[in-house]
Amino acid sequence: MAKEFWRWKEYNWHDENRDWREGKIVTSGVDVGSVSSQAVIMVDGELYAFSNMRTGSNSPDSAHNAMNWALEDTGMTLDDFNFVVGTGYGRVNVPFADKAITEIACHARGGNYMYGPTVRTILDMGGQDCKAILCDERGKVTNFLMNDKCAAGTGRGMEVFADLLGVSIEDVGDLSFDVEEEPPPVSSTCVVFAKSEAASLLREGWSQSKVLAAYCSAMAHRVFTLLERVGVQKDFAITGGIGKNSGVVKRLEQELGLTALTAKHDTQIAGALGAALFGKALVEKGKGRKK
Amino acid sequence: MAKYKTEPLKCWAKAKELRDKYYQDYATAHERGGIRWTGGAWSFDAIPYGLGDDVYPITGEPYAASIAFNKEFSLKCMEATEAKGWARDLCSYMRNYWGSMYLNKYNFGGPYPKPTFAFQDHICCSHAKWYQVVAEHEDIPYFNIDVSVGPYHLIKDNPQKIKYIVDQMHESIEFLEKVTGREYNDDKLIEAVKTDMRSTSTWAKICELNKNVPAPLEEKSMYSFYVFGTLSKAKKEFADFYDELYDEVKDRVDRGIAAVANERCRLMSDTQPPWGFLKVFRYLEKYGAISVGSLYTFGLVGNWEVKKDGTWGARETYMEKGIEINTRDEALTALADWTLSRPEWQHFYDPGLKTEMMLRIAKEWKLTGVMLHLNRGCEGLSTGIMENRLGLVESGIPVMTFEGNMGDEREFDLGRTMTRIDSFMETLDLEPISAD
Ligand code: SF4
Repeated sequence: MAKEFWRWKEYNWHDENRDWREGKIVTSGVDVGSVSSQAVIMVDGELYAFSNMRTGSNSPDSAHNAMNWALEDTGMTLDDFNFVVGTGYGRVNVPFADKAITEIACHARGGNYMYGPTVRTILDMGGQDCKAILCDERGKVTNFLMNDKCAAGTGRGMEVFADLLGVSIEDVGDLSFDVEEEPPPVSSTCVVFAKSEAASLLREGWSQSKVLAAYCSAMAHRVFTLLERVGVQKDFAITGGIGKNSGVVKRLEQELGLTALTAKHDTQIAGALGAALFGKALVEKGKGRKK
Repeated sequence: MAKYKTEPLKCWAKAKELRDKYYQDYATAHERGGIRWTGGAWSFDAIPYGLGDDVYPITGEPYAASIAFNKEFSLKCMEATEAKGWARDLCSYMRNYWGSMYLNKYNFGGPYPKPTFAFQDHICCSHAKWYQVVAEHEDIPYFNIDVSVGPYHLIKDNPQKIKYIVDQMHESIEFLEKVTGREYNDDKLIEAVKTDMRSTSTWAKICELNKNVPAPLEEKSMYSFYVFGTLSKAKKEFADFYDELYDEVKDRVDRGIAAVANERCRLMSDTQPPWGFLKVFRYLEKYGAISVGSLYTFGLVGNWEVKKDGTWGARETYMEKGIEINTRDEALTALADWTLSRPEWQHFYDPGLKTEMMLRIAKEWKLTGVMLHLNRGCEGLSTGIMENRLGLVESGIPVMTFEGNMGDEREFDLGRTMTRIDSFMETLDLEPISAD
């Protein structure tokens, strides 16, 4: 089988040093996105376990798979949750969720947890859309703008590009800096046009790195304009898969004249994390499952 | 328990009947020796009424919107237009209309009824070309009036600008006589101009009633009524219908009848909605949110003016003001002056005027927020939407944008639009009513 360069790392994790049974409130957030799905488990508002995997063709299955993987080796079952919140594109298709909350609200809440209460602007660069979210010190959304009609500036666009150039998606960022000087950005971030432009640049003798640099900077510029429209406020952070691509992040930081906050958690789990936090708040309001 | 009483509108059946009759009358006009003509919702439709009482128009925008509502046929129309080599990013009303013509299929059954002539004016870049293509394809004569004289505040005291339009109107009457072989009747023109004033002023009065809390009308219903002003402003039956509708809506206000039983959030939208997906307006109700109007419904059909107390109200007609219209020239001058003052006409010149209007509506109609349609289907009225957004946000008004296309469903994503509404409602601290 041909190598799938777009494949990013799918994995699960749980805190082996902690016994979840000692916690009072166990909640979960399940983010079924158009490209990736995550399940996050929190115990008393602290991250306990998560999984991060590719979304399949069926949202309920993807939700189940992500959840089962997060639960793996924890001894926990679905019955142990006090509340489950579904979010993301497939949020209404999470069969075991008690409530669905939009990914915009969840990213803001999750971003607030991951980056702290000073974060005011969150850029979520998801699989098939891109959202610029403004929020307050509690992680409540105050304004947002989305680009959802095209894959430019999204994870899926980057995947297609990695495949085209035969570069593993996780290496795209570093490789894009392996250039003597920064080339001009490709003129279009539309995946279709950028692909044909890249092919002709390669034919002209451009190195892989140079083409990657040109694409990363075009993508950075594209999301920069989205951010400009919403009006960036400090502190600024990036969630979603592209948040792990230094080629885009550093170039965007340069355009913004701002450094994005760094998180100790995987930027892809922000939505599910926010969903789990909403779950906890609802339990505290007495809306949890009766056990 | 519901916060307000609500009840269905009595005028529904009549509205449906009138609309169906309009399209049937147009299709069968030739059988009765009548005249069919085509043009836009912006055409000076009072002028052809001087040819007689058996003159039936079909205006492109509402006809195309009705096609958009019929998704299967709309797709066929789009594909037929694209097969002729037209680009997919042109006005989607125009593409629906052309498709119906190319396929020779009328959205209301039978073949596309060939018009006798095309009569249009030109304020949007698509207007003149739209009917040029129709005229060439159908081999019919075409008259177009150029109205590019600037926004109303710059022309109302400048007779030369009005005269530029009136001169073309005079010429257009010669054209109408020539292509139909009929003698033109100035009395019928004068009557039609007065009817245009009556219908557009009454429609504004109806919209004004929505300043009340709870609002007696919600936007989805308003679309079914405003349409008459886009089909023909100068048609007596439509002006009479607006009088009836006004009485009914006023009665709802007096009795506290709401359009949305749990109204607690008032919104407006800007330009054309995605016609195939009007359910987004119903979706708002889940949150107790209501769209109380739009620039499109208020301003394309309604005629407004700033009243003494500084608020917006229906523009007083010449008849109400006691201004007489006795001659052809007076009628045409009145028609030009009246038409060019309608709010939607201003939006082609400066997005700032659009923002100002939205801010006014937000204040006077007591809005909670605004929904802006980043409409890929319209090249004219979508101008400056992001500037409008900025203007509103800077004034502290919450704004939601959604992407779509008024007439091409291939560019609309219902699920994502609902998600945006959910997110917007979350930012306004609104939960679905049932979950309260
Ligand atoms: S204003 Fe918009 S809908 Fe009307 S003709 Fe122009 S492009 Fe088409």
